[in-house]
Amino acid sequence: MADSLPTEFDVVIIGTGLPESILAAACSRSGQRVLHLDSRSYYGGNWASFSFSGLLSWLKEHQQNGDNAEESTASWQGLVHETEEAIALRKKDETIEHIEVFCYASQDMDDNIEEISALQKNPSSVTSKPLDSVCLSEETNSLHVTSSETPAKDTPKSDEEISLEVTDVEDILAEEKYCGDKTCINTASGGDKDENKPIEEDNTDQPKRNRITYSQIVKEGRRFNIDLVSKLLYSQGLLIDLLIKSNVSRYAEFKNVTRILAFREGKVEQVPCSRADVFNSKELTMVEKRILMKFLTFCLDYEQHPDQYQAFVHCSFSDYLKTKKLTPNLQHFVLHSIAMTESSCTTLDGLKATKNFLRCLGRFGNTPFLFPLYGQGEIPQCFCRMCAVFGGIYCLRHKVQCLIVDKESGRCKAIIDHLDQRINAKYFIVEDSYLSEETCSNVQYKQISRAVLITDQSILKKADSDQQISILIVPPMESGTCAVRVTELCSSTMTCMKDTYLVHLTCSSSKTAREDLESVVKKLFTPYTETEIDKEELTKPRLLWALYFNMRDSSGISRSSYNGLPSNVYVCSGPDCGLGNEHAVKQAETLFQEIFPNEDFCPPPPNPEDIIFDGDDKQPEALGTNNIIMAKPDSSEENKNPESPENHHQN
Amino acid sequence: MRQAGELDESVLELTSQILGANPDFATLWNCRREVLQRLEAQKSPEELAALVKTELGFLESCLRVNPKSYGTWHHRCWLLGRLPEPNWARELELCARFLEVDERNFHCWDYRRFVAAQAAVPPAEELAFTDSLITRNFSNYSSWHYRSCLLPQLHPQPDSGPQGRLPEDVLLKELELVQNAFFTDPNDQSAWFYHRWLLGRADPQDALRCLHVSRDEACLTVSFSRPVLVGPRTETLLLMVDESPLAVEWRTPDGRNWPGHVWLCDLPATSLNDQLPHHTFRVIWTAGNAQKECVLLKGHQEGWCRDSATDEQLFRCELSVEKSTVLQSELESCKELQELEPENKWCLLTIILLMRALDPLLYEKETLQYFQTLKAVDPMRAAYLDDLRSKFLLENSLLKMEYAEVRVLHLGHKDLTVLCHLEQLLLVTHLDLSHNRLRALPPALAALRCLEVLQANDNAIESLDGVTNLPRLQELSLCNNRLQQPMVLQPLASCPRLVLLNLQGNPLCQAVGTSEYLAELLPLVNSILV
Repeated sequence: MADSLPTEFDVVIIGTGLPESILAAACSRSGQRVLHLDSRSYYGGNWASFSFSGLLSWLKEHQQNGDNAEESTASWQGLVHETEEAIALRKKDETIEHIEVFCYASQDMDDNIEEISALQKNPSSVTSKPLDSVCLSEETNSLHVTSSETPAKDTPKSDEEISLEVTDVEDILAEEKYCGDKTCINTASGGDKDENKPIEEDNTDQPKRNRITYSQIVKEGRRFNIDLVSKLLYSQGLLIDLLIKSNVSRYAEFKNVTRILAFREGKVEQVPCSRADVFNSKELTMVEKRILMKFLTFCLDYEQHPDQYQAFVHCSFSDYLKTKKLTPNLQHFVLHSIAMTESSCTTLDGLKATKNFLRCLGRFGNTPFLFPLYGQGEIPQCFCRMCAVFGGIYCLRHKVQCLIVDKESGRCKAIIDHLDQRINAKYFIVEDSYLSEETCSNVQYKQISRAVLITDQSILKKADSDQQISILIVPPMESGTCAVRVTELCSSTMTCMKDTYLVHLTCSSSKTAREDLESVVKKLFTPYTETEIDKEELTKPRLLWALYFNMRDSSGISRSSYNGLPSNVYVCSGPDCGLGNEHAVKQAETLFQEIFPNEDFCPPPPNPEDIIFDGDDKQPEALGTNNIIMAKPDSSEENKNPESPENHHQN
Repeated sequence: MRQAGELDESVLELTSQILGANPDFATLWNCRREVLQRLEAQKSPEELAALVKTELGFLESCLRVNPKSYGTWHHRCWLLGRLPEPNWARELELCARFLEVDERNFHCWDYRRFVAAQAAVPPAEELAFTDSLITRNFSNYSSWHYRSCLLPQLHPQPDSGPQGRLPEDVLLKELELVQNAFFTDPNDQSAWFYHRWLLGRADPQDALRCLHVSRDEACLTVSFSRPVLVGPRTETLLLMVDESPLAVEWRTPDGRNWPGHVWLCDLPATSLNDQLPHHTFRVIWTAGNAQKECVLLKGHQEGWCRDSATDEQLFRCELSVEKSTVLQSELESCKELQELEPENKWCLLTIILLMRALDPLLYEKETLQYFQTLKAVDPMRAAYLDDLRSKFLLENSLLKMEYAEVRVLHLGHKDLTVLCHLEQLLLVTHLDLSHNRLRALPPALAALRCLEVLQANDNAIESLDGVTNLPRLQELSLCNNRLQQPMVLQPLASCPRLVLLNLQGNPLCQAVGTSEYLAELLPLVNSILV
C-alpha cells in the first residue's frame, strides 16, 4: 500500500502524541515538508481516547507480551551504506504495565458481546475517528468551531461572537432550544462522529439504578471515549492560547468543567472558587466567605504585597495558610482544590499555583478548566489535521525500523521503514517510546498510576449532576504517598454512555496503579453487586467496571540521558502526570524554536479568502509575512497513498 | 424632506442607513416615527404587519451596534405600544438575551420592566429572573432595585401597616442574600444600597408637626413634615378659628415664600381677644390629609401643640425600627464584618445607621468613634460625614431637650458643621451654638419664632441670613467669628426686640466706621459690643 511514499522530506516525525502533533502542525504550517508516522493503528499514542471496544483491544494488545518478538534485522541492514550506521528503534511499546481489569456489572452473556467482538478484529476502527476523515476536514465539517460552550471572552473572536448571539431575535426561541440540546446531544452535523455512533437507543425508561449490565456497556461501547491520560485545559493555559492563536480550535469543541470538588472528612463537597460561587455557597458561613474572598483576592496579585508572605517563604504553604486565619475547611479547599499542591509545597509555589488557578477563572465559565468533547484524544488529532491541511503526510500502522546516521557528519539523514523503504529528511522527531532500550539505558523513568472507572452515579449528587464535569483532588491518605486527581465526566461530554459516568484517577506512581489508587476508589465508590441492599453503601456511586494500569512518564528527561542520538534527532516525551498540557506545549515550542529558530510558532492561518493560488507556484503575495508554501496537490501521490491525507488545501 | 412632508418609505430607507451605523440620532428616530404614523393610515394591515416586522428587525440590528442606545430602546417601546397584538413573550426573550450578554445594561432593564408591566408578567417570575442574574453576578444595581419593586408587590402589607415594607420572614431571607453579597465582596456598593433599602422604612406620612400661636406677635406658626409651598389664596392650608374658617395670608418666616417646613400667618385681633376663656385654632392641610389643633387660654401669651421628637417616627427615618431584633442581629454581623474589614466604609456607615435606628442616645459615643474611623478611611467624603454627624448630634440633643421638657438647647462644643432640623426648634427660647465649626446661620433659622437668646460664639460664621424676623430675639452673641463686612448684619434690623449684640473678635471690628454703621442700622439695640 504505502510502498512508494515520497522519499524526500524536511521533517519526519515518529509518534502522534500531543507534542509531536503540535510540532507537526508547526513545521507544516511554516512550509516544511512533513511526514508524520505512527506504528500504531490510531492517533495519539498514549494520548489517545478509545471507545469501549477499542479500549478492550488496546488492553489485549498490551497484555500479550512479547508475542511477535523477534523479526529479523537483516532485511534493513543491507540498506545501510558503508559510510553510515543505524540506530535501531524499539519494536514494541513498553510504556504500559500492570494492567488489571475488574468487571462488577453483571455479565449476563447475550449476543451483544458477539456483535462487538467482530469489531475488535479491525483495529483501525478502534480509533475514535478514522484517519481518512482528517483530510476531509472542510467537507465533513464534523468538528465545529468552539461554540457557545466557550464564549472565548478574551479571544479576538469574542466581540463578534457576542454580537452574533444577539443577532436574530427572530430565531431566539428556536436557537434557544438548539443550544439547550447541544449541551447533551451531539449535534455535529454529518461527519464521522455520527457514523461511528448509532442513534441513541431509547433507554430513557430504564430504572435509574441496577439496570446497567456489562453487555449494555459493550453494546453502547461507541458512546465511550476513554482517555489514556486524564488532563484538562487551563482556560489561560498554553494549550488554549495555542489552539486559539493557531486557529486549531476550530476543529474541537469544549465544555467547561462545572465543579471543583474536595474530599474532606469522608465527604465530597463542592469548592466555591469564584466570586459567584462564594456568594451562592450554602456551606460557608458569612465570615468564611469574607476570609476566603479576601485570601483569594490577595493571591491574585500577591506579588504586590510581599509583606504578606515574605516572612513565610521558607515555610510550607499549608503552614502559611494556617497563619491566614483560614478555617480548616478553607485551608483544605485552597491547598488541595485550588492550588492543587502537596502539603509540603512552599508558600511561594502555593501562591503561584493559586494565582494561576484564579487567573483562569471566568474566561470561559465559572471554573478554570475546559474539557474537549469526545475526549483528550481529540487534541493531538486536531493538530494533525492542521498539519495535513498544510500539506503534511500521514501514515499510521507504519513502523520505522531504524534511523540512518551519516558517520562523517554525525547527523541523521534517513529512516528505514517496515517496508524497507529509505526516507530522507533533514530533521527527525521521535517520541520517547520509540527509542530502543540501548538508547535509553541510562534513562530513569517515572510512572503514572491510572484508573479508569465506569460508575452509575455522580460522586456528588445534585439536581443536575448528570450535566456536571467535576474535578476532585483526594489528598494523600498517609504521608509519602501522592494526592490522587479524580476527574468525573458525564455523558454530555461524549465520553460515556447515558446514565453512566466515566471517572479517571491519576497520580504519580509509587507502586502499581491498583495499589496506589484502590484505597481512593474504595472510599468514593462501592462495587456493583446485584444483591446489595446496604442503605449506607447505597449513597456511594457504584462501580460497573474498573481498569488499572501504569503508564511510563517520560517527561522531564534531559536529552543528554539518551545514548548516541545525532544532533538532528529530537525527542518528545509521552504524557506527564500534570493536570494541564503545559509540558507538552512548552516542549513542542522549545523543540520547534531549536530546529527553526527564525520561524513563527503556529501563527494564525490565513483567511481562506485571502489565499491566492498562483499558477507559477509563487508564494501568495497578499500574505505578506506569512511564510506559507502552498504545496501543490500532487496527483500521483494522492493516488498511491490512500492512507495518507496529503496536501489538502484550505479551499 | 421632513419639512416638505415627504414621509414615505424612502425616508425609512435613508434613515436606516444612518441609524444602522450610529443609532444615537434622536432626530432621525423622530422622523421614522412620523413616517410610520403616516403609513399606518395608508397601508393595509398585511403591509403594515410586514413593515412592523422589518422595523423590529432593524431595531434589533441597531441594538447590536449599541446595546445602550437610548433612542433605539425608546423607539422600540413606542412601536410595541402601538401594535394591536404585540408579541410580549418574544420581547422578554430579547431582554433575557441582552441581559445575558451584559447583565447590567440598565437600558434593557428599563425596557424589561416596561415589557413585564405591559405583558402583566407575574412578579414572582420576574423575581426569579432577578435571582438568576444575581446568582451569576451580584454586582447589579438594576437587579437589586427590581427586587425592591417586586417584593412589596408580592407581599402586600395589610392596609394598616406601613406600605412598601416586607413581612419579617421575607425580610430575613433577603437580608441573608444581601449579607452573602457584602461578605463576599464588601466593596460592592449595590448590595449595601439594597441592604439599606431593606432596613429602611417607607416615606413618613404627611403630618403637621407643630402648631404655635402667639398673642404678642398676633401670629400663628405651622411646621410641616415636609417642605411645602402654600400659595396665596389656595386651599392648601385652611385655618379654623373657634370652628369658623378664617382667611389669612401665609408666608415663610424668612419672608421669601419658598417651599419650606414652616409657614406662618398674622391673626386679626378678634381671634385673640380675651373675652372667651380660650380660643381654638385648627389648621387643616388638605393636600397632606392632616390637621392639628391648639388652644390659646385666656391670660396666656402663647399656646402650642406638637408631635414629640421622642416619638421614634421623627428621626429614625433612615432605618426601620419595628424589627429591632432584626436590626440588632444585622448590627452584630456588620460588626463582625468590620473586624475583618476595618477599613470598609460601607460597613462602617451601615453600623452607624443601624446604631441610630436602634437607640441613638445609647450608641452616641460609639457612633462618634465610628465616624472618626470612617473619616479616616474615606477622607474624600469628610465634609459629607461631618454634616451627617452634625445632623445626628443635633437630633440627639433635641431628644435630650425634649426628655428634659425644656425650651433651652445647648449645642456648644459639638464640632457641628451644619444646622438641620431647625423646623423642629419652633419653641426653643435659648439656643447655644458656641464652639462649633458653623460657617453660617442659615435662612431656616428664621423658623425659631420663640428664640430670645442666641449664642454662636467661636464659630466661623460669615453670614447671618437666618437671623431675620425673629420677633423675640433679645440677645445675640457672635464673638470670634468671621464676619467681614458690617453689611452682613443687615438682617438683624428685622428683629424688633434685639437689645444686646456682641460682635467682639470679628474682622469687621477692625473696619473703620463699623460702630457708626451699626448705630444707624440698629438704632434700637442699646448695647453693641464691638
